[in-house]
Amino acid sequence: MDGIPQADEGWTVAGRRFRSRLIVGTGRYKDLPETKAAIEASGAEMVTVAVRRVNLSDASQPMLQDFVPPDRFTYLPNTAGCFTAQDAVRTLRLAREAGGWNLVKLEVLGPPPFLYPDMAATFEAAAALLADGFEVMVYCADDPVAAKRLEEMGCVAIMPLGAPIGSGLGVANPFMIKAIIAQARVPVLVDAGIGTASDAALAMELGCDAVLLNSAIAHARDPVRMARAMKAAVAAGRDAFLAGRMPRSPAADPSSPVAGLIR
Amino acid sequence: MAGQIEIEVNGERREVPEGASVAELLTLIGLAAPKVAVERNLEIVPRSAWSSTRLGAGDRLEIVHFIGGG
Repeated sequence: MDGIPQADEGWTVAGRRFRSRLIVGTGRYKDLPETKAAIEASGAEMVTVAVRRVNLSDASQPMLQDFVPPDRFTYLPNTAGCFTAQDAVRTLRLAREAGGWNLVKLEVLGPPPFLYPDMAATFEAAAALLADGFEVMVYCADDPVAAKRLEEMGCVAIMPLGAPIGSGLGVANPFMIKAIIAQARVPVLVDAGIGTASDAALAMELGCDAVLLNSAIAHARDPVRMARAMKAAVAAGRDAFLAGRMPRSPAADPSSPVAGLIR
Repeated sequence: MAGQIEIEVNGERREVPEGASVAELLTLIGLAAPKVAVERNLEIVPRSAWSSTRLGAGDRLEIVHFIGGG
């Protein structure tokens, strides 16, 4: 060892290893070329995707797969827009058939305006999916009791929200995220709420294994540049977590020696 | 000339030839090769069964694929 720490060792979920600790969504971009450019810039290896009806009137329109190829990126199908356990399970069964993989993101949402996770429905859907052989990364409330229960059921990653989906409010309750991380034996990701690079860095400094975001990049004025910022923020936050922050002090503690001052 | 039957695909009514299979429906729609999944009356039709699964009058189908999402 030459004293310079090794590059990040990466993280593992459901037996799959990833170097990047950033998972990005593929929605809300201006068009598919911008989606591709932003995802490339983010360095993400896993991307979330939605399952929707094929447009029957124009079945030849360009598809996400042509721009974000599933052989280069791990597709993580989501259940965005599902408000019942039944709809979520049905959606992911279709996703498994379309893609041929078991690793999925479960989210069952409560009503607007907060779209806060509906935990009763989330437990119900998680149980059905786990029994059906899925590997479930689960979006959930920032509730340590719920998070532990999901882990004990067999979910492969716990993904509490930082703040409501698409709100850009950052990590609203860092103490509870930290509490969830402290007790977890599976990866913990902050999912939803990230607004800018410092939010992503904070989530990583709390000890998250990775961060999942979409709107913070897609709704930035310059999405590709923000994607690059997020890549750097997640890496910086991880390093800061490993390095261990200095203690906070209410009083000044000068860095320069007090001895040898001119008089 | 076989008769036509009415089915529902992604919420739209549609006529297909009597005895048509799921695979033939996909060809009619113009979905050549892409990664789609098909559900018929709330049951998944695996890709391996597309050719052997015949459509019946009143069937409700969902044909889905992956799109951008967060």
